Amino acid sequence: MNVIAKPDTPTRQLMSGNEAIARAVWEAGCRVAAAYPGTPSTEILENLARYKDIHANWATNEKTSLEIVIGASVAGSRAFSAMKHVGMNVASDALMSQTLAGVGGGLVIAIADDVGLSSSQNEQDSRFWGRFGHLPILEPSDSQEAYEMVKAAFDLSERFECPVIVRLTTRICHVKGLVTVGAREERPSQGFRHDSARWVLVPANAKRRLAAQFERDARLLALAEDSPFNRVDEGKDKRIGFVASGPAYMHVKEAFPDAPVLKLGLTCPVPVETVRAFAGTVKALVVAEETEPLVERDLKAAGIACHGKDILPRSGELSPAILLPAVKALLGEPWEPQATLQPQVFPRPPTMCVGCPHLPAYYCLSRLRRQVNIAGDIGCYTLGAGQPWNALDTTTCMGASMGMALGMDLGRAEADKDKAVIGVIGDSTFLHMGMQGLIDIAYNKGNVTILILDNSAAGMTGGQDHAGTGRDAGGQDAPRVDFRKLVEALGVKAERIHVVDPYEMPTLYKHLREEIAIPEPSVIITQRPCVLIDRFHRDPPFKVVEETCTGCSNCLNVGCPAIHVTRRASETRPSGKVVEKSWVRIDTAACTGCGLCPKTCGPKAILPARESLES
Amino acid sequence: MAKRKATETVTNILVCGIGGQGVMTASEVLAQAALRLGYDVKKTEVAGMAQRGGVVTSHVRFGPKVLSPAIPAGEADLLVGFEPAEALRWCGQLRPTGIAMVNVTRQVPPVVNLGLFDYPAAPVAEMREAGIAVYDFDAGAIARDLGETRMVNTVMLGAIADHLPFPAGALKDIIVERFRERKPALADLNERAFEAGRQAAAKAKG
Repeated sequence: MNVIAKPDTPTRQLMSGNEAIARAVWEAGCRVAAAYPGTPSTEILENLARYKDIHANWATNEKTSLEIVIGASVAGSRAFSAMKHVGMNVASDALMSQTLAGVGGGLVIAIADDVGLSSSQNEQDSRFWGRFGHLPILEPSDSQEAYEMVKAAFDLSERFECPVIVRLTTRICHVKGLVTVGAREERPSQGFRHDSARWVLVPANAKRRLAAQFERDARLLALAEDSPFNRVDEGKDKRIGFVASGPAYMHVKEAFPDAPVLKLGLTCPVPVETVRAFAGTVKALVVAEETEPLVERDLKAAGIACHGKDILPRSGELSPAILLPAVKALLGEPWEPQATLQPQVFPRPPTMCVGCPHLPAYYCLSRLRRQVNIAGDIGCYTLGAGQPWNALDTTTCMGASMGMALGMDLGRAEADKDKAVIGVIGDSTFLHMGMQGLIDIAYNKGNVTILILDNSAAGMTGGQDHAGTGRDAGGQDAPRVDFRKLVEALGVKAERIHVVDPYEMPTLYKHLREEIAIPEPSVIITQRPCVLIDRFHRDPPFKVVEETCTGCSNCLNVGCPAIHVTRRASETRPSGKVVEKSWVRIDTAACTGCGLCPKTCGPKAILPARESLES
Repeated sequence: MAKRKATETVTNILVCGIGGQGVMTASEVLAQAALRLGYDVKKTEVAGMAQRGGVVTSHVRFGPKVLSPAIPAGEADLLVGFEPAEALRWCGQLRPTGIAMVNVTRQVPPVVNLGLFDYPAAPVAEMREAGIAVYDFDAGAIARDLGETRMVNTVMLGAIADHLPFPAGALKDIIVERFRERKPALADLNERAFEAGRQAAAKAKG
């Protein structure tokens, strides 16, 4: 999505926050970086993979990515990991222990919060991890600051011997702004310092590290009170002073150019005395932060009166338009919102792509809908919950389809006793967190059928490679996980595993019907590349023969966006039943020739475009 | 758009369309042109799921100093609509003096094909009735005639080129250079697409 910046270009560049962070990581002499793709953090590692002096790899999930960089740090190298907010939940087991042991080479973790939920299953404030893990948090407000803070974070990490978190939001990651860049600083590995009392966290050792952690807290607080990242912008209108962090700072500056602002860049621990001194210079204090009132609570706990979430929203992004009415009301000033037109236009939810290899799986599931309950997962195929398939009943977090399918089987009510349970997961998600759940299904003999939709990519985030694609983050050949062998090794019987071409829809449907009838764990693996990756090959397109089309609209149930309705009509059958008819055409420029829709067409009105032209 | 001196203020351009149309590339080119002319620039969009045929909007802001990356509601100077229903959806973001440049090629989504929602009968007329200055033309047809539907974004950039606070040539140079560097075979074709868009907009109603 973002154009990848070249490693060697002039000093002032238009860079997204993600590009600027990658540049800073490279300049800081980092040697190892690992990540699992997740919007809005994905492009950080994609960019890092272009710098030849860094080992940058896709990890199987966020926990392994953090463990890789912890290992590199302990071995004496500067190391970096990036993830989205929900990824930190996965990685947190490693984080919460390493906070005690600390680091060798500087270790920086960038966590990107999807504030406003553009593509996530929840909204969470990753700044909690700073409080939870006793770690400093830096919050940039634009690309330039993201660049500067990441470089500073490596120094901080080494000075305080702990991981440092840089908290990002979508409005940092995906906003392009001007960045003045520098050169790479060589930071050779300092070598592994054997110190088992530190790196081996058995209870006795961990207990001793607790004291060091509390002592570090005190030093970090002193640092925050004195950090150049926490500074005051003077202002003439002292009726309200703002305490602002992250992109909220920019919104405050735009909405209230004359107000004094204490800009917090190092927001954990909160420099309470700095804020207290600032509060003394203004009549009232407003804390502008996205999303949770973390700074606000710390201030109130310290006895500093302030407004925050009492006047500002608890979720979603802030903006000048949100700040203005809230703060004007506090000042007792009238505020007329800009009157804007709001025309009624249909919703345009994301769809699966034309010819997507997930279409046949969801078409088949939609035909079996009354006989099955379906546990879904995170990825493009989550869109199967939407129209026209309505073929997912749950989506919780990555890998949850496996455990939840088993639980739906074990916890079923009498009314559901004849219903089959199906779990649906993608290839990257299966490797990320699905394997463990499938072990549970096999081990506990769950009466569950699992569909692994292998499109040879992490599709939703833009088609990144993973251990199942045969290519690494740099595009080089890599060993490839064999899903059939893996599933068998996890305990599923060989005869209950089927690998099918999803475009061979009758075969897929037959396996699905057979397997849901057999009360044993079974797995159907569909294999066809994502239509957006370069391994996908387009076939000649199809066309609808108008005279033959009966308007039955079966083909629309495939859900392919290349099929368009040209005309609708209601027809009354001799029985008196009214049926809705839709005649269609295929956008031949978009059609990939996958051949799914002809398989749903009774009157054989869908033919190869060339053939139908000749006839 | 009334030509204001951009050094005194921030120019706000809202580009909208659907995933896969090249909305983000078009806004990237706009941002690069503004950067080259010495402005402070910010560009943002909501990505992620938008890639899959969903709504895409990209905000480009440039001026002496840009703070917030998103265009405040009702402060867009120029709306670049890659699709008429999307232009209608976002037209409320325009200033009273703002203008809309709209490609009239419709992209009908599955929810409309399934009969769940109706596509607006006349999106451009609806915008005009609301008092918006709309320049509308068929950028999709121009790109098709030139042999490549993916050139819609270049056609649209050509169309807005004479409505920017900087010379049209600055925008064209960046497009042509980008292609010379990456896909030389397409450089001349895109130059033609740019000029075709520019002429179409000149003929379109304001």
